[in-house]
Amino acid sequence: MKKELVVSAIKNGTVIDHIPADMLFQVAKILDLTSRNTLVLLANNLDSMKLGKKGIIKCQDLYFNQDEINKIALVAPSATLITIRDYEIKEKMNVGIPSYIEGTVKCYNPKCITNVEKVTPRFDVIDKSELKLQCRYCQKITKKETLTFL
Amino acid sequence: MNLKNRNLISISDYNKEEYLYILKLAEDFEKNPVQDVAKGKVVATLFFEPSTRTRLSFESAVCRMGAKVIGFSDASNSSTAKGESLADTIRTVSCYADLIVMRHPLEGAARVASEVATVPVINAGDGANQHPTQCMLDLYSIMKTQGTLDNLNIAMVGDLKYGRTVHSLVEAMSNFNTTFHLVSPESLKLPSQVKMHIKRKNLKYFQYTEIPDVMDKVDILYMTRVQRERFLDIQDYEKVKNSYVLDKSMLINCKPNMKVLHPLPRVNEIATNVDATPQAYYFQQAQNGVYVRQALIAAILGLK
Repeated sequence: MKKELVVSAIKNGTVIDHIPADMLFQVAKILDLTSRNTLVLLANNLDSMKLGKKGIIKCQDLYFNQDEINKIALVAPSATLITIRDYEIKEKMNVGIPSYIEGTVKCYNPKCITNVEKVTPRFDVIDKSELKLQCRYCQKITKKETLTFL
Repeated sequence: MNLKNRNLISISDYNKEEYLYILKLAEDFEKNPVQDVAKGKVVATLFFEPSTRTRLSFESAVCRMGAKVIGFSDASNSSTAKGESLADTIRTVSCYADLIVMRHPLEGAARVASEVATVPVINAGDGANQHPTQCMLDLYSIMKTQGTLDNLNIAMVGDLKYGRTVHSLVEAMSNFNTTFHLVSPESLKLPSQVKMHIKRKNLKYFQYTEIPDVMDKVDILYMTRVQRERFLDIQDYEKVKNSYVLDKSMLINCKPNMKVLHPLPRVNEIATNVDATPQAYYFQQAQNGVYVRQALIAAILGLK
Protein backbone atom coordinates (compact mmCIF):
# COMPACT_ATOMS: atom_id res chain seq x y z
CA MET A 1 0.00 0.00 0.00
CA LYS A 2 1.36 3.40 -0.90
CA LYS A 3 2.12 5.55 2.14
CA GLU A 4 0.44 8.94 2.07
CA LEU A 5 2.51 11.98 3.03
CA VAL A 6 1.03 13.84 6.00
CA VAL A 7 3.01 16.93 5.05
CA SER A 8 3.34 17.90 1.38
CA ALA A 9 6.63 17.33 -0.34
CA ILE A 10 8.79 20.34 -1.10
CA LYS A 11 10.55 20.90 -4.39
CA ASN A 12 13.75 22.42 -3.01
CA GLY A 13 14.88 23.00 0.57
CA THR A 14 15.47 21.14 3.83
CA VAL A 15 13.52 18.52 5.72
CA ILE A 16 14.31 18.08 9.42
CA ASP A 17 13.05 14.68 10.47
CA HIS A 18 13.08 12.65 13.69
CA ILE A 19 12.63 15.60 16.02
CA PRO A 20 11.37 14.52 19.49
CA ALA A 21 7.72 15.66 19.58
CA ASP A 22 8.21 17.83 22.66
CA MET A 23 11.08 19.69 21.01
CA LEU A 24 9.52 20.59 17.65
CA PHE A 25 8.79 24.20 18.47
CA GLN A 26 12.14 24.62 20.22
CA VAL A 27 13.90 23.49 17.03
CA ALA A 28 11.80 25.94 15.01
CA LYS A 29 12.82 28.70 17.41
CA ILE A 30 16.52 27.83 17.35
CA LEU A 31 16.53 27.87 13.54
CA ASP A 32 14.64 31.17 13.63
CA LEU A 33 11.87 29.79 11.42
CA THR A 34 9.29 32.23 12.76
CA SER A 35 10.93 35.13 10.95
CA ARG A 36 11.43 33.41 7.56
CA ASN A 37 9.36 34.48 4.57
CA THR A 38 9.46 31.15 2.76
CA LEU A 39 7.07 28.22 3.08
CA VAL A 40 7.66 26.34 6.35
CA LEU A 41 5.58 23.24 7.13
CA LEU A 42 5.47 21.73 10.62
CA ALA A 43 3.87 18.50 11.75
CA ASN A 44 3.96 17.00 15.21
CA ASN A 45 3.03 13.80 17.05
CA LEU A 46 3.58 11.63 13.98
CA ASP A 47 4.11 7.93 14.71
CA SER A 48 7.76 7.00 14.80
CA MET A 49 9.38 3.59 15.17
CA LYS A 50 12.46 5.23 16.69
CA LEU A 51 10.95 7.91 18.95
CA GLY A 52 7.33 6.83 19.52
CA LYS A 53 6.10 10.29 18.53
CA LYS A 54 8.09 12.66 16.37
CA GLY A 55 7.96 16.04 14.72
CA ILE A 56 8.98 17.01 11.21
CA ILE A 57 9.76 20.38 9.61
CA LYS A 58 9.93 21.09 5.88
CA CYS A 59 11.44 24.37 4.75
CA GLN A 60 10.99 25.42 1.14
CA ASP A 61 14.13 27.03 -0.38
CA LEU A 62 15.96 27.10 2.94
CA TYR A 63 19.34 25.50 3.55
CA PHE A 64 21.36 25.49 6.77
CA ASN A 65 25.06 25.49 7.40
CA GLN A 66 26.71 23.01 9.76
CA ASP A 67 26.85 25.49 12.67
CA GLU A 68 23.12 26.22 12.46
CA ILE A 69 22.34 22.53 12.24
CA ASN A 70 24.52 21.67 15.20
CA LYS A 71 22.64 24.12 17.40
CA ILE A 72 19.59 21.86 17.33
CA ALA A 73 21.68 18.89 18.50
CA LEU A 74 21.20 20.10 22.07
CA VAL A 75 17.43 19.55 21.89
CA ALA A 76 17.13 17.00 19.09
CA PRO A 77 20.22 14.79 18.93
CA SER A 78 18.21 12.22 16.96
CA ALA A 79 17.26 14.67 14.19
CA THR A 80 18.14 14.04 10.55
CA LEU A 81 18.64 16.82 8.00
CA ILE A 82 17.65 16.01 4.44
CA THR A 83 18.51 18.30 1.55
CA ILE A 84 15.95 18.22 -1.26
CA ARG A 85 16.60 19.32 -4.86
CA ASP A 86 13.83 18.97 -7.41
CA TYR A 87 11.85 16.64 -5.10
CA GLU A 88 14.84 14.29 -4.80
CA ILE A 89 16.90 13.56 -1.68
CA LYS A 90 20.37 14.94 -2.35
CA GLU A 91 21.98 14.59 1.08
CA LYS A 92 21.20 13.19 4.54
CA MET A 93 23.02 14.42 7.62
CA ASN A 94 22.87 13.67 11.31
CA VAL A 95 23.29 16.53 13.76
CA GLY A 96 26.38 16.81 15.98
CA ILE A 97 26.92 18.63 19.27
CA PRO A 98 28.89 21.82 18.47
CA SER A 99 31.97 22.84 20.43
CA TYR A 100 30.64 26.39 20.94
CA ILE A 101 27.10 27.60 21.65
CA GLU A 102 25.84 31.16 21.57
CA GLY A 103 22.43 32.58 22.41
CA THR A 104 20.50 29.31 22.66
CA VAL A 105 20.84 28.24 26.26
CA LYS A 106 20.63 30.05 29.62
CA CYS A 107 23.52 29.88 32.09
CA TYR A 108 22.22 28.01 35.14
CA ASN A 109 24.12 30.30 37.55
CA PRO A 110 21.70 32.97 38.84
CA LYS A 111 24.66 35.21 39.70
CA CYS A 112 25.99 35.14 36.13
CA ILE A 113 25.98 38.52 34.42
CA THR A 114 24.14 36.97 31.42
CA ASN A 115 21.08 36.39 33.65
CA VAL A 116 20.94 39.99 34.85
CA GLU A 117 22.13 42.26 32.04
CA LYS A 118 21.34 42.04 28.32
CA VAL A 119 24.31 39.85 27.44
CA THR A 120 24.12 36.94 25.01
CA PRO A 121 25.14 33.72 26.82
CA ARG A 122 28.16 31.98 25.24
CA PHE A 123 29.40 28.52 26.14
CA ASP A 124 32.22 26.16 25.32
CA VAL A 125 31.05 22.56 25.18
CA ILE A 126 33.59 20.82 27.42
CA ASP A 127 31.95 17.38 27.35
CA LYS A 128 29.88 16.39 24.35
CA SER A 129 28.78 12.96 25.62
CA GLU A 130 27.61 14.17 29.06
CA LEU A 131 26.63 17.57 27.61
CA LYS A 132 28.51 19.98 29.87
CA LEU A 133 28.62 23.62 28.84
CA GLN A 134 31.10 26.05 30.40
CA CYS A 135 29.94 29.66 30.48
CA ARG A 136 32.50 31.99 28.90
CA TYR A 137 31.51 34.68 31.41
CA CYS A 138 31.09 33.11 34.86
CA GLN A 139 32.98 29.85 34.04
CA LYS A 140 30.26 27.78 35.72
CA ILE A 141 29.22 24.52 34.09
CA THR A 142 25.65 24.04 32.94
CA LYS A 143 24.80 20.34 32.74
CA LYS A 144 22.14 18.51 30.74
CA GLU A 145 19.84 18.34 33.80
CA THR A 146 19.99 22.12 34.31
CA LEU A 147 19.64 23.11 30.64
CA THR A 148 17.08 25.86 29.95
CA PHE A 149 16.53 27.25 26.47
CA LEU A 150 16.18 30.96 25.81
CA MET B 1 57.35 40.21 26.36
CA ASN B 2 54.60 42.66 25.44
CA LEU B 3 51.46 42.83 27.57
CA LYS B 4 50.38 46.26 26.33
CA ASN B 5 46.59 46.60 26.14
CA ARG B 6 46.05 43.04 27.39
CA ASN B 7 43.05 42.48 29.66
CA LEU B 8 43.44 40.49 32.87
CA ILE B 9 40.08 38.94 33.63
CA SER B 10 41.00 35.41 34.69
CA ILE B 11 44.31 33.90 35.79
CA SER B 12 44.08 31.63 32.74
CA ASP B 13 44.31 34.68 30.44
CA TYR B 14 48.07 34.74 31.08
CA ASN B 15 50.58 31.92 30.70
CA LYS B 16 53.49 30.81 32.87
CA GLU B 17 56.03 33.05 31.12
CA GLU B 18 53.71 36.03 31.52
CA TYR B 19 53.27 35.34 35.26
CA LEU B 20 57.04 35.24 35.65
CA TYR B 21 57.44 38.46 33.68
CA ILE B 22 54.96 40.26 35.97
CA LEU B 23 56.70 38.88 39.08
CA LYS B 24 60.03 40.15 37.79
CA LEU B 25 58.55 43.63 37.24
CA ALA B 26 57.04 43.49 40.74
CA GLU B 27 60.47 42.77 42.16
CA ASP B 28 61.71 45.93 40.47
CA PHE B 29 58.84 47.95 42.00
CA GLU B 30 59.57 46.48 45.42
CA LYS B 31 63.16 47.72 45.18
CA ASN B 32 62.02 51.10 43.95
CA PRO B 33 58.31 51.61 44.76
CA VAL B 34 58.02 55.26 43.74
CA GLN B 35 58.48 55.48 39.98
CA ASP B 36 56.83 58.22 37.96
CA VAL B 37 56.44 55.98 34.90
CA ALA B 38 52.68 56.53 34.55
CA LYS B 39 52.64 60.33 34.83
CA GLY B 40 49.75 61.78 32.82
CA LYS B 41 47.81 58.48 32.77
CA VAL B 42 44.35 58.06 34.27
CA VAL B 43 43.21 54.82 35.89
CA ALA B 44 39.50 54.29 36.62
CA THR B 45 38.71 52.15 39.67
CA LEU B 46 35.07 51.10 39.30
CA PHE B 47 33.94 49.30 42.44
CA PHE B 48 30.34 48.25 41.93
CA GLU B 49 30.58 46.62 45.36
CA PRO B 50 32.76 47.82 48.22
CA SER B 51 36.20 46.29 48.77
CA THR B 52 38.38 48.58 50.79
CA ARG B 53 41.53 46.47 50.72
CA THR B 54 41.68 45.75 46.98
CA ARG B 55 40.65 49.27 45.99
CA LEU B 56 43.20 50.95 48.26
CA SER B 57 45.93 48.58 47.08
CA PHE B 58 45.23 49.49 43.44
CA GLU B 59 44.94 53.18 44.20
CA SER B 60 48.19 53.10 46.17
CA ALA B 61 49.88 51.41 43.20
CA VAL B 62 48.54 54.05 40.80
CA CYS B 63 49.60 56.96 43.04
CA ARG B 64 53.13 55.60 43.45
CA MET B 65 53.47 55.52 39.66
CA GLY B 66 52.47 59.16 39.23
CA ALA B 67 49.10 58.45 37.58
CA LYS B 68 45.71 59.78 38.68
CA VAL B 69 42.71 57.78 39.90
CA ILE B 70 39.06 58.40 39.03
CA GLY B 71 36.13 56.18 39.95
CA PHE B 72 33.69 55.15 42.64
CA SER B 73 33.77 52.81 45.62
CA ASP B 74 30.12 51.79 45.67
CA ALA B 75 27.55 51.31 42.88
CA SER B 76 25.11 53.61 44.69
CA ASN B 77 27.44 56.46 43.75
CA SER B 78 27.38 55.57 40.06
CA SER B 79 24.92 55.78 37.18
CA THR B 80 24.19 52.08 37.71
CA ALA B 81 21.86 53.27 40.48
CA LYS B 82 19.91 55.12 37.76
CA GLY B 83 19.55 51.91 35.76
CA GLU B 84 22.42 52.28 33.29
CA SER B 85 23.69 49.01 31.86
CA LEU B 86 27.19 47.81 32.71
CA ALA B 87 28.14 47.95 29.02
CA ASP B 88 27.14 51.63 28.74
CA THR B 89 29.01 52.54 31.94
CA ILE B 90 32.15 50.84 30.65
CA ARG B 91 31.91 52.39 27.16
CA THR B 92 31.61 55.84 28.76
CA VAL B 93 34.45 55.38 31.25
CA SER B 94 36.64 54.12 28.37
CA CYS B 95 36.48 57.69 27.08
CA TYR B 96 37.89 59.07 30.33
CA ALA B 97 40.61 56.61 31.38
CA ASP B 98 43.59 54.69 30.02
CA LEU B 99 42.85 51.60 32.09
CA ILE B 100 39.81 50.26 33.95
CA VAL B 101 40.09 48.33 37.20
CA MET B 102 36.72 46.94 38.22
CA ARG B 103 35.03 44.90 40.91
CA HIS B 104 31.46 43.71 40.42
CA PRO B 105 29.14 41.43 42.42
CA LEU B 106 28.01 39.50 39.32
CA GLU B 107 30.12 36.67 37.92
CA GLY B 108 31.39 37.30 34.41
CA ALA B 109 30.88 41.08 34.66
CA ALA B 110 34.56 41.83 34.03
CA ARG B 111 34.58 39.66 30.89
CA VAL B 112 31.57 41.58 29.57
CA ALA B 113 33.35 44.86 30.36
CA SER B 114 36.46 43.75 28.47
CA GLU B 115 34.35 43.03 25.39
CA VAL B 116 32.94 46.56 25.19
CA ALA B 117 35.79 48.65 26.63
CA THR B 118 38.17 50.45 24.28
CA VAL B 119 40.86 50.44 26.98
CA PRO B 120 42.24 47.40 28.85
CA VAL B 121 40.34 46.00 31.85
CA ILE B 122 41.75 44.43 35.01
CA ASN B 123 39.33 42.29 37.00
CA ALA B 124 39.51 43.15 40.71
CA GLY B 125 36.95 40.45 41.56
CA ASP B 126 33.68 39.39 39.93
CA GLY B 127 31.49 37.74 42.56
CA ALA B 128 32.76 34.29 43.50
CA ASN B 129 34.35 33.84 40.09
CA GLN B 130 37.85 35.32 39.62
CA HIS B 131 40.27 37.65 41.38
CA PRO B 132 43.43 37.28 39.26
CA THR B 133 45.51 40.03 40.88
CA GLN B 134 45.12 38.27 44.25
CA CYS B 135 46.48 35.15 42.60
CA MET B 136 49.41 37.08 41.13
CA LEU B 137 50.31 38.52 44.53
CA ASP B 138 50.03 35.03 46.05
CA LEU B 139 52.51 33.79 43.43
CA TYR B 140 54.82 36.70 44.19
CA SER B 141 54.62 36.00 47.94
CA ILE B 142 55.42 32.32 47.40
CA MET B 143 58.38 33.22 45.20
CA LYS B 144 59.66 35.82 47.68
CA THR B 145 59.50 33.44 50.63
CA GLN B 146 60.82 30.32 48.90
CA GLY B 147 63.13 31.83 46.27
CA THR B 148 61.37 29.80 43.58
CA LEU B 149 57.95 28.65 42.41
CA ASP B 150 59.17 25.26 41.25
CA ASN B 151 58.77 21.87 42.97
CA LEU B 152 57.10 23.19 46.15
CA ASN B 153 54.73 21.50 48.58
CA ILE B 154 51.73 23.72 49.18
CA ALA B 155 48.90 23.15 51.64
CA MET B 156 45.53 24.78 51.00
CA VAL B 157 43.44 24.88 54.16
CA GLY B 158 39.78 25.59 54.86
CA ASP B 159 37.00 26.16 52.36
CA LEU B 160 38.41 24.63 49.21
CA LYS B 161 35.02 24.23 47.58
CA TYR B 162 33.96 27.86 47.29
CA GLY B 163 37.23 29.77 47.81
CA ARG B 164 38.03 31.52 44.54
CA THR B 165 41.59 32.38 45.63
CA VAL B 166 42.28 28.67 46.19
CA HIS B 167 40.91 27.71 42.77
CA SER B 168 43.01 30.30 40.94
CA LEU B 169 46.14 29.47 42.93
CA VAL B 170 45.79 25.75 42.19
CA GLU B 171 45.41 26.56 38.50
CA ALA B 172 48.43 28.88 38.45
CA MET B 173 50.70 26.70 40.62
CA SER B 174 49.93 23.65 38.47
CA ASN B 175 52.43 25.18 36.04
CA PHE B 176 55.28 24.78 38.53
CA ASN B 177 55.38 21.06 39.41
CA THR B 178 53.68 21.68 42.75
CA THR B 179 52.57 18.94 45.13
CA PHE B 180 49.24 19.95 46.65
CA HIS B 181 48.10 19.10 50.19
CA LEU B 182 44.38 19.82 50.47
CA VAL B 183 43.04 20.21 54.00
CA SER B 184 39.28 20.70 54.35
CA PRO B 185 36.09 19.32 55.86
CA GLU B 186 34.54 16.53 53.76
CA SER B 187 31.79 18.83 52.53
CA LEU B 188 34.19 21.59 51.41
CA LYS B 189 36.68 19.59 49.33
CA LEU B 190 38.27 21.01 46.19
CA PRO B 191 35.80 20.60 43.27
CA SER B 192 36.73 18.05 40.60
CA GLN B 193 36.67 20.82 37.99
CA VAL B 194 39.62 22.48 39.81
CA LYS B 195 41.41 19.17 40.45
CA MET B 196 41.47 18.74 36.67
CA HIS B 197 44.25 21.37 36.51
CA ILE B 198 46.39 19.18 38.78
CA LYS B 199 45.55 15.97 36.94
CA ARG B 200 46.22 17.44 33.50
CA LYS B 201 49.82 18.13 34.54
CA ASN B 202 50.18 14.69 36.22
CA LEU B 203 50.92 16.34 39.57
CA LYS B 204 50.36 14.79 42.98
CA TYR B 205 47.72 15.86 45.48
CA PHE B 206 46.79 14.54 48.91
CA GLN B 207 43.61 15.20 50.89
CA TYR B 208 43.41 15.61 54.65
CA THR B 209 40.92 16.77 57.25
CA GLU B 210 43.34 18.05 59.93
CA ILE B 211 46.01 20.79 59.73
CA PRO B 212 48.66 18.95 61.88
CA ASP B 213 48.75 16.15 59.27
CA VAL B 214 50.51 18.45 56.78
CA MET B 215 52.59 20.63 59.08
CA ASP B 216 55.95 18.89 58.58
CA LYS B 217 55.46 18.39 54.85
CA VAL B 218 54.81 21.80 53.34
CA ASP B 219 56.64 24.96 52.29
CA ILE B 220 53.49 27.10 52.21
CA LEU B 221 50.37 26.91 54.38
CA TYR B 222 47.66 28.84 52.52
CA MET B 223 44.85 29.48 55.00
CA THR B 224 41.24 30.36 54.14
CA ARG B 225 38.18 30.73 56.30
CA VAL B 226 35.57 28.01 56.84
CA GLN B 227 32.33 29.98 56.92
CA ARG B 228 29.31 28.86 58.88
CA GLU B 229 26.91 29.76 56.07
CA ARG B 230 28.52 27.11 53.82
CA PHE B 231 27.09 24.31 55.98
CA LEU B 232 23.55 23.02 55.54
CA ASP B 233 23.58 21.59 59.05
CA ILE B 234 24.86 23.90 61.80
CA GLN B 235 25.96 20.87 63.85
CA ASP B 236 28.31 19.84 61.05
CA TYR B 237 29.90 23.28 61.28
CA GLU B 238 30.23 23.10 65.06
CA LYS B 239 32.02 19.74 64.75
CA VAL B 240 34.73 21.01 62.40
CA LYS B 241 35.09 24.73 63.10
CA ASN B 242 38.06 24.39 65.47
CA SER B 243 39.90 22.02 63.14
CA TYR B 244 40.60 24.84 60.73
CA VAL B 245 41.98 27.41 63.14
CA LEU B 246 45.76 27.77 63.10
CA ASP B 247 47.38 28.34 66.48
CA LYS B 248 51.03 29.06 67.32
CA SER B 249 51.34 25.70 69.13
CA MET B 250 50.67 23.90 65.81
CA LEU B 251 53.77 25.38 64.18
CA ILE B 252 56.27 23.34 66.24
CA ASN B 253 56.89 20.66 63.63
CA CYS B 254 56.92 22.93 60.60
CA LYS B 255 59.77 23.08 58.08
CA PRO B 256 62.17 26.01 58.73
CA ASN B 257 61.25 27.69 55.44
CA MET B 258 57.48 27.30 55.92
CA LYS B 259 55.36 30.45 55.63
CA VAL B 260 51.69 31.04 56.40
CA LEU B 261 49.73 32.94 53.75
CA HIS B 262 46.14 34.20 53.84
CA PRO B 263 44.28 36.34 51.28
CA LEU B 264 42.76 38.41 54.16
CA PRO B 265 40.56 39.58 55.74
CA ARG B 266 41.16 37.12 58.55
CA VAL B 267 38.40 36.49 61.06
CA ASN B 268 39.45 33.79 63.52
CA GLU B 269 41.09 31.13 61.35
CA ILE B 270 44.58 32.28 62.35
CA ALA B 271 45.03 32.97 66.06
CA THR B 272 46.66 36.33 66.72
CA ASN B 273 49.49 34.53 68.56
CA VAL B 274 50.72 33.41 65.10
CA ASP B 275 51.20 37.01 63.95
CA ALA B 276 54.56 37.50 65.65
CA THR B 277 56.03 34.14 64.57
CA PRO B 278 58.60 33.95 61.75
CA GLN B 279 56.08 31.85 59.79
CA ALA B 280 53.45 34.61 59.57
CA TYR B 281 53.66 36.29 56.17
CA TYR B 282 50.08 37.47 55.48
CA PHE B 283 50.64 41.17 56.12
CA GLN B 284 53.75 41.27 53.90
CA GLN B 285 51.59 39.39 51.39
CA ALA B 286 49.15 42.32 51.38
CA GLN B 287 52.09 44.71 50.96
CA ASN B 288 53.27 42.63 47.97
CA GLY B 289 49.88 43.30 46.39
CA VAL B 290 50.86 46.89 45.75
CA TYR B 291 54.09 45.92 43.91
CA VAL B 292 52.31 43.30 41.83
CA ARG B 293 49.56 45.75 40.89
CA GLN B 294 52.18 48.35 39.96
CA ALA B 295 53.80 45.74 37.73
CA LEU B 296 50.50 44.84 36.07
CA ILE B 297 49.51 48.45 35.48
CA ALA B 298 52.95 49.25 34.01
CA ALA B 299 52.91 46.20 31.73
CA ILE B 300 49.32 46.69 30.53
CA LEU B 301 49.82 50.40 29.89
CA GLY B 302 52.96 49.51 27.95
CA LEU B 303 55.21 51.49 30.28
CA LYS B 304 57.64 48.65 31.09
